[in-house]
Amino acid sequence: MKLKMTRIAALAALAIGLAAPADAQQKAVTIGVSIPAATHGWTAGVIYHAERTKALLEKAYPGLKVVVKTSPNGAAQANALEDLSQQKIDALVVLPFNSDELTGPVGEVKKRGTFVTVVDRGLKDPAIQDVYVAGNNPEFGRVSGQYFKDTLKTGDIVVLRGIPTVIDSERVDNFEKAIAGSGITVIDKQFANWSRDDAFKTMQDFLAKHKKIDAVWASDDDMAIGVLEAIKQANRTDIKMVVGGAGMKDMVKRVIDGDKMVPVNVLYPPAMIATAIQVTVAHFYGGAPVRGTYLIASPLITQANAKEYYFPDSPF
Amino acid sequence: MSQVIPRLKTATLGWRPDMRALSPFIALVALIVLGTLLNPDFLSLSNLTNVVTRSAFIAIIAVGATFVIASGGLDLSVGSMAAFVAGSMILVLNGMGGSDGGTLAMGLAVALVLGAACGLANGLVVTVGRIEPFIVTLGTMGIFRALIVYLAAGGTITLSNFGLRELYRPAYFGQVAGIPVPVLAFLAVAAIASVILYKTPFGRHVVAIGSNREVARYSGVPIGRVVTLTYVIQGLCVGLAVLVYVPRLGSATPTTGLLWELQAITAVVIGGTALRGGTGRIWGTLVGAIILEVVGNIMVLSSLVSEYLIGAVQGAIIIVAMLVQRSLQRER
Repeated sequence: MKLKMTRIAALAALAIGLAAPADAQQKAVTIGVSIPAATHGWTAGVIYHAERTKALLEKAYPGLKVVVKTSPNGAAQANALEDLSQQKIDALVVLPFNSDELTGPVGEVKKRGTFVTVVDRGLKDPAIQDVYVAGNNPEFGRVSGQYFKDTLKTGDIVVLRGIPTVIDSERVDNFEKAIAGSGITVIDKQFANWSRDDAFKTMQDFLAKHKKIDAVWASDDDMAIGVLEAIKQANRTDIKMVVGGAGMKDMVKRVIDGDKMVPVNVLYPPAMIATAIQVTVAHFYGGAPVRGTYLIASPLITQANAKEYYFPDSPF
Repeated sequence: MSQVIPRLKTATLGWRPDMRALSPFIALVALIVLGTLLNPDFLSLSNLTNVVTRSAFIAIIAVGATFVIASGGLDLSVGSMAAFVAGSMILVLNGMGGSDGGTLAMGLAVALVLGAACGLANGLVVTVGRIEPFIVTLGTMGIFRALIVYLAAGGTITLSNFGLRELYRPAYFGQVAGIPVPVLAFLAVAAIASVILYKTPFGRHVVAIGSNREVARYSGVPIGRVVTLTYVIQGLCVGLAVLVYVPRLGSATPTTGLLWELQAITAVVIGGTALRGGTGRIWGTLVGAIILEVVGNIMVLSSLVSEYLIGAVQGAIIIVAMLVQRSLQRER
């Protein structure tokens, strides 16, 4: 069964937990959280939100203990899972490095009777997980494409892609599907590896190659920053907007400030780890059914709602 | 007949170009012709300026790498080092908080000193510790990368003072007499480096150690000191490259400088310096760095290949360019 929920719905589940009798809140529960180390901005955001949620929940439930472990690669994460199991955890919240390597180790944890919540990257065997919380990459592309279709309506755009992966293909394919039938043409697209430097270079080359570009889909906030710098250098005025994505605080700030070049952003929140931890905790204290799949929406961040997605203290 | 042969002989004796030194330049010209044929916009002033300016970081780092490689060493840590130095420099600038020239000068000094110190650390472990440079710099590559990840807490280190950002911006985007500042910077670095490598006893010692370490030792060359100094020069060059890198985007991330070490080594080799040491060609290195950037630029400007195949074509162009170079050298 596939439940479609948003973060707000997950928070509602938590609210049920908060309303539970006081003695239930004293129940001793240990939750292990295994996530990748901060090797780039997004995973740094994951760690920030995991720590923030840990502090919040441990205060609300005196019996609760949340252990957050970060690992620099898949093999190290497998070891970390073994270490966590030794600490007799009641539940595991895991954002796996990759599906292939970690399906086995997470399965071992499950065999001990541990409640398993998987985040973002799915396992090869979905039967292992009790809860699956994931971002929606096709939706990320579709929402971005829909915005171009609605506001630009017609014109020539260039697209910067990330690193060649399933995540990138799902985003780009659905972006192109969303703009199909409109007057918008993608006149060029290149991989720029979700990197500021590569995006800067690629955009310089696009600007040299195309005399008229109406808008840019940078598909990522780091790349959007490189793109904006290249446009500024070239003094080009034909480009009406640059749309990034993910919800980096600097870019969300520009949306709040009403920057004409950065009118919107599309969310792919590292805070989904918070949703996962809260749903898992609700399983032990809430007495409400939580098993299922939670797809975090990728909503459009506009000036009207941007404040809701702005975390100035987060590293991302 | 009898008159023709001697005339030919004098002709060849009179003008014999050094094909080994010239071949990178010929390869560059060939690439420029190819680029122009694929897309006339390639030759536009703004495009060429962009490309040459972009090659500045790798060019400056590769000039340093020419010393290390000429002496028979190797430095794999330069990319991570650049990220670490850039991050530290931005943190110092943010920490001082000012937006005046004095603050900026302090930040620049920090970058240069830190770069030289990182290079010194590499050099001392290689010479005093007597460990293969490949292993030493592989280790420090990991260390510097981890340090930038730690400093940035995985996120981004951004120059927060807007006034300082604007003051510093011309160091990448500015021009003097129509020539971009980074280009002037790498020309100056190369000019100084070629004087050091070709005109000083130190430079001759570097090449001597690279061509035959034992002979150099028996000739009284202070091997430890000279080798350590090549790594210090490399570190200093990384610091200089950071000075023109930071004003571009005003930030450093854990992915800054990724694979720069390989690009720098490639630029050095394309430039005609042997990977096993014993020769050093500063100006060739410079052209090598520009060639790498031009190849990438041509790929994006031409719509010939799908974005999935660009890496393959880029690799093929570099290999072909090297084959052309080598065949030119054999003709001598």
